Amino acid sequence: MSEYAIQLRGVSRQYPHFQLQDINLALPTGGIMGLIGPNGAGKSTLIRIMMGLVGADAGDVLVLGHRIPNAQVLAKNDIGFASEDMRLYKNATLQWHMHWVAKVFPEQWDGAYAQQLLQSFDLIAAQKIKGMSHGQRVKSGLLLMLARHPRLLILDEPTTGLDPVARKEVLNEMMQVLADESRSVLFSSHNTQDVEHLSDQITFIDRGQLVSSKDKESYLESWRRVQVKLPSKEALAPHPQITEVIQHGHSANLVIKDYAPDMLDHLTAQGATIGTVSRMTLEEIFVAEVEYKRNQTAAGVNP
Amino acid sequence: MDPHLILSQTDGRPMYLQIMEQIKQLIAVGDWQPGAKVPSIRELAVATQVSVITVKRAYQELEREGVLMTQAGVGSFVAQNEALGDQIMRSEIDKHLAAALAHAKAFGISTEDLLQRLQQLAQTHSGGDHE
Repeated sequence: MSEYAIQLRGVSRQYPHFQLQDINLALPTGGIMGLIGPNGAGKSTLIRIMMGLVGADAGDVLVLGHRIPNAQVLAKNDIGFASEDMRLYKNATLQWHMHWVAKVFPEQWDGAYAQQLLQSFDLIAAQKIKGMSHGQRVKSGLLLMLARHPRLLILDEPTTGLDPVARKEVLNEMMQVLADESRSVLFSSHNTQDVEHLSDQITFIDRGQLVSSKDKESYLESWRRVQVKLPSKEALAPHPQITEVIQHGHSANLVIKDYAPDMLDHLTAQGATIGTVSRMTLEEIFVAEVEYKRNQTAAGVNP
Repeated sequence: MDPHLILSQTDGRPMYLQIMEQIKQLIAVGDWQPGAKVPSIRELAVATQVSVITVKRAYQELEREGVLMTQAGVGSFVAQNEALGDQIMRSEIDKHLAAALAHAKAFGISTEDLLQRLQQLAQTHSGGDHE
């Protein structure tokens, strides 16, 4: 078993109006990685590259130890992929699809687990796909994939458009996969709360570039919101780690990245009195990270 | 040992702190006994639907505080310390009292006045034992 379920090194891909640039990330086996970024950041392109559906112009892609796209057939035996645009046959029933996947993957298909998933996902095997709601289709796609116990799950927006109950059912099954430490999950999501809860690793991309890819605890730990009282109404001196300043008279609200306690010394040295120092949620960090980067780009600074 | 903790999504505190607090609670009330084996990090992560790395962090902090012990390759255990439950309970209450003291100080209320308030509160609460 390889140490990493997914490894990308220097992966790039050019499109006429978009480029994915120099993406490096590694998902350790047994871990779960959340992929986040604004719309159009390149999340789906990156996932398609991992699946061998899109070729990279440069860089190395290793999935379950197999080089993609050359060895993608080998890798795909052990990958379960689900995306929003996954096509099921509209006129066929879920049962028909289950037979079909069981035939393609006879050694992997777990009929008992499939029955259990039917129950926990509240699906009816005899129902035709065309009569299903969006949520039922998403869950059907996941059932077909999960019931063959793939070693790696790659899920593009698995919970988008699901109601809270369906979302919980899906997240629950995702976490069950991780009970086996040889299995790994990569999922993209706009729901930062899901990513914050479930992920061991967080990979953040924006406009085709990697903003950060590290373990969740250090990522959350590296940002702070700090309230300070300033000695005068003059604007606080700029500092590369202070990404946002909202100042009203003598009081200011700061957002600090790459936080370490010595940042507070830097502020007190300027005569500031430190008020509360609080951690930020992934949602707040997401917004701060994107706004900071856009402001820098607008100001012509090379981040 | 039931590895089920109840974690709140609306609680603003970091998830690892919530996990630490709930484990301490389980030990304080005697559900997790000194020396008992506790769920593995992965078991607890799957049961509570929180990432492995977060549970790992909670366990590491609890080890640092002397609440849990981990033996490589064997697993994690509640520290072999009969007084642990009482210690946890006392330090939890101290935390709240320290916060009350700090608030009182901010309002200019003396410690004597605060003690009196506490006694009055105790009397009003002893009537109705609903909580």
